[in-house]
Amino acid sequence: MITLDHPFTETAVRVLRAGEAVRVSGRVCTGRDRLHKHLAEGGACPAELRDGALFHCGPVVVPLSPDPSQPSDERVGWRVVAAGPTTSIREEPYMARVIEQFGVRVVIGKGGMGEATRAACARFGCVYLQAVGGAAALIAQRIKRVAQVHFLEEFGATEALWELDVEGLEAVVGIDASGRSLYDEVRDASAVRLRRLLG
Amino acid sequence: MDWTDTLAELIRRTTSDLPADAEAALRRAADVESPDSQAALILHALAENIVLARQQSTPLCQDTGTLTFFWEVPPGTDTVALEQAARDAVARATRNGWLRRNTIDTLTGRSVDSNVAEGCPVCHFEQRAADGEGSCKTPRSMGVPPMKHGQDARATPVRKGFCKSPEDHAAGIEVWLLQKGGGSENMSRQFSLPDETLGAGRDLEGVRRCLLHAVWQTQGFGCAPGVLGVCIGADRAEGFLVAKRQLLRSLDDAAPEPELAALERRVLEEANALGIGPMGMGGTTTLLGVKIAARTRLPASYFVTVAYLCWACRRRGLRVSSDGSLHWLN
Repeated sequence: MITLDHPFTETAVRVLRAGEAVRVSGRVCTGRDRLHKHLAEGGACPAELRDGALFHCGPVVVPLSPDPSQPSDERVGWRVVAAGPTTSIREEPYMARVIEQFGVRVVIGKGGMGEATRAACARFGCVYLQAVGGAAALIAQRIKRVAQVHFLEEFGATEALWELDVEGLEAVVGIDASGRSLYDEVRDASAVRLRRLLG
Repeated sequence: MDWTDTLAELIRRTTSDLPADAEAALRRAADVESPDSQAALILHALAENIVLARQQSTPLCQDTGTLTFFWEVPPGTDTVALEQAARDAVARATRNGWLRRNTIDTLTGRSVDSNVAEGCPVCHFEQRAADGEGSCKTPRSMGVPPMKHGQDARATPVRKGFCKSPEDHAAGIEVWLLQKGGGSENMSRQFSLPDETLGAGRDLEGVRRCLLHAVWQTQGFGCAPGVLGVCIGADRAEGFLVAKRQLLRSLDDAAPEPELAALERRVLEEANALGIGPMGMGGTTTLLGVKIAARTRLPASYFVTVAYLCWACRRRGLRVSSDGSLHWLN
């Protein structure tokens, strides 16, 4: 199993090949639809994404403070109860620009992405990792700490940018920096089989 | 009996404890995929995740989904009180971390942190006829009890669940909860036949072409391996509801109509031959089940409606008998 530790260097990312299993450790930032739109439209990012990982994920979090009626506050502690990848293709309109402008090296999600992201991965030295979709209890175990949260009030808990410290998060390289996408290969091969079935 | 307590427990079980048929299907699939493949790796991780979520009472998947309650109640039931209990149970389950803050005000974009709003959670009420016969919606009253492959569905009598008598069946309340995530809901779709681009006419062959095309279009985006709930016929709105209801059926059952049961088996087999695999990374497990129901249609319309469910088949049911005793239905 290949280990990938934050900060992720271009060299470490460029040697990865589609289909390889990896374990990610260190800082990972979550971001979903709201964050991607914000960043792609020129918004500032309060977290450091350069040589970092962007995880398409909206976690289930509970405040460490036992009183749930207390107003939410970006400084109180949080615990992640469940966290798995969300469908990445929704971020396709924004992803390439975010990779280019913010220097993201690792994107973690599920289901794969499109042509623009594949091209951006090759051009700027980034990989797309497939986490296990829906394996939220398992992935939550790999999250050791919530370091910080941004946009909590504006975007809500699910869409917020959570800075998480992870240890040994399992994933498979879906799109590598040489321009290979497993998803494209599966889609094309399954299209041939579909045509054969439908005659 | 306190309905809010009971429904909160129903949510806890649904969100964290995958039904046995779905878990068994995933474990069988993990054994079929070649040992060092990505598909096997993913399926084994799912099996580990299922055990962990059950042990910890934490969500199986962080997208705790749209909560849809399907009620079957006797005449004279106070459905307003039951719906309020469902809303209170959802708010409590959210505070307990069993549900994600998963509700967005569409106009303001703000999170509705309680997960309770107008029409949220969704409640569908069906009144049972006084003779104890259900209105043919929930699995137990659809005449589709769990059965072994090859068994003739029509030869199997309709089960009355855990009821002691027809009178008890008539007086009891049954409720099923489905938690369906957004990633899979985004993959649900509706076809109107004939569809020239698919070469799909107004017959079961046309339906087959739609279903295989839907599986191909979905690839791994809906967290394959998934389940297809399908309605043939009806209008557009009813089609989606009937299709969604099919997702309450056991993976091990078959449609009572032989031609639909045959189509279910065929589409399952052919979809798994497409090679899409778990999460769309290749493999022989693309679907866990296909569940088809037919409804009448207008002469002018022929809809094929597909409700796509991810591997996390979060569905649980319970029944409260007339004497107040509670029975879990799966």
